[in-house]
Amino acid sequence: MKILVAIKRVVDYAVKIRVKPDKSGVETSNVKMSMNPFCEIALEEALRIKESGRASEVVAVSIGPAQCADTLRTGLAMGADRAIHVEYPGTLYPLSVAKIFKSLVDAEKPGLLLLGKQAIDDDCNQTGQMIAGLLKWPQGTFASKVVLDEQNKVVTVDREVDGGLETLSLDLPAVITTDLRLNQPRYATLPNIMKAKSKAIKKLSPKDLNVEIRSDLEVVQVTEPPKRKAGVILSSVDELIDRLKNEARVI
Amino acid sequence: LSTLVLAEHEGGSLKASSLSAVEAAKRLGEENSVSLLLAGSGPSLHEAATHAASCHPSVSKVLLADSEKFTYPLAEPWAKLVYLVQQKGSYSHIIAGSSSFGKNILPRAAALLDVSPITDVTEISGSNLFVRPIYAGNALSTVRYTGSDPCTLTIRSTSFPIGMVSASVSNDACIEKVDLSTFNEDDAVGKSRYISLSSQETERPDLGNARIVVTGGRGLKSAENFKMIEKLAEKLGAAVGATRAAVDAGFVPNELQVGQTGKIVAPELYMAFGVSGAIQHLAGIRDSKVIIAVNKDADAPIFQVADYGLVGDLFEIIPELLEKLPDKK
Repeated sequence: MKILVAIKRVVDYAVKIRVKPDKSGVETSNVKMSMNPFCEIALEEALRIKESGRASEVVAVSIGPAQCADTLRTGLAMGADRAIHVEYPGTLYPLSVAKIFKSLVDAEKPGLLLLGKQAIDDDCNQTGQMIAGLLKWPQGTFASKVVLDEQNKVVTVDREVDGGLETLSLDLPAVITTDLRLNQPRYATLPNIMKAKSKAIKKLSPKDLNVEIRSDLEVVQVTEPPKRKAGVILSSVDELIDRLKNEARVI
Repeated sequence: LSTLVLAEHEGGSLKASSLSAVEAAKRLGEENSVSLLLAGSGPSLHEAATHAASCHPSVSKVLLADSEKFTYPLAEPWAKLVYLVQQKGSYSHIIAGSSSFGKNILPRAAALLDVSPITDVTEISGSNLFVRPIYAGNALSTVRYTGSDPCTLTIRSTSFPIGMVSASVSNDACIEKVDLSTFNEDDAVGKSRYISLSSQETERPDLGNARIVVTGGRGLKSAENFKMIEKLAEKLGAAVGATRAAVDAGFVPNELQVGQTGKIVAPELYMAFGVSGAIQHLAGIRDSKVIIAVNKDADAPIFQVADYGLVGDLFEIIPELLEKLPDKK
């Protein structure tokens, strides 16, 4: 069975982002970019499934500008067998990304599609669900445990939902989106980084996949959120209780 | 304008997040007719429908989808249901709460309808202009929806508090059964099966809607010590929260996690003990009215957002609070 993993290139999670003065967006030039942490978890899970002998190939896919190839190279160094880069320089929203994936799935025919539950830049949390809808595949979102039974063609997924953990059984092929606690992604070792240089990255365009990019959203402005002001440092519990009672009136 | 609210119900009544979605619908504009879509099976569904019909003066219709297929909140049949109901009702907007329920189902339904959904809306400035947080709340994006109907949204319930719906305003929306005769199963319906839900049974208020939240961080040092937080919460009638660090250290289960990747909270009082104040955590508490921080490190970032801070040993401060705070009940 083949596993397809979606990889998004985003501003590194440790970078303190800056809103552009003209309010057109968040500054991304000269900023450290990395693989979206949730995508790292998705790739790690795919690699572990392959290492346990239940998958034959892991294919990493990224959609976006030319630099996405660097992020895919990282994915190859982690252990993906090959990569596909659908190059598109403009703004992409999840609906277009989902259509591109649908077209790729039709061509590649994987048995499982793994994605991060959301990207840490736009925080949309949509793409996996939308791909599953377009493909008419079942979905297991926010997964914290994935148990694959390839013989019976089902996968059992524990999902992190508001009330606790929900367990679902899905027929394969399926779409799974990963939550933070699913696994701890590995680091690429130096030999594997070297090896990754000779692995193939196939380049495609949305046009090659017969997907027309259209957008039904328009970003009007991006602003900084209102800042909370630091309050006062108090000296005793008594003072705190007094302030809560008589000033803030919350107890 | 006409809005379909994808409602969530439990134990025969509508969840608070769905009432917030109705509040959000009101902000889309005047003359908005709001229909609630309720799905499930059995008597609790009908109880919930009766509750839904009278719960809010803005609700004009309750659509009831009664089938075994909807006993559990599986995305595959539910998204299909939203699609069918939209085909028939041609709503201009579809709204769901940004709960794990709404986030799981709504994007899938949007894909079936070939429209772009908008996640986590915190502000509505007209029928097609919305504000939503990006980068874990470190920036706010104003987006205009320019696509065809329906415009699909999930809303942060903390941003749309349920107004004072006076008990004297009685509403009597009509309850209508959804015709499921065209609900064929050629799609993914049936390809997913519900196995179980494990949750912690608790008397405490729900973290997402509590008036007071008491949170513990890594500073609590152990699961044993974390019980102090629970005691304090009990005394105040508060919900218990935890930081990612406390969850990862195994002090408490992950459903208590507050922050961008956990629950977003906006209580009247937020009390943080042994919490350093990582960006991801702060993004989840930003809209709290009053924040209190207790930490032995005077330089902890949490103090930059706290209204009241106490620098000191929480193992001395919590017992003192337990002794001196008035009992809630």
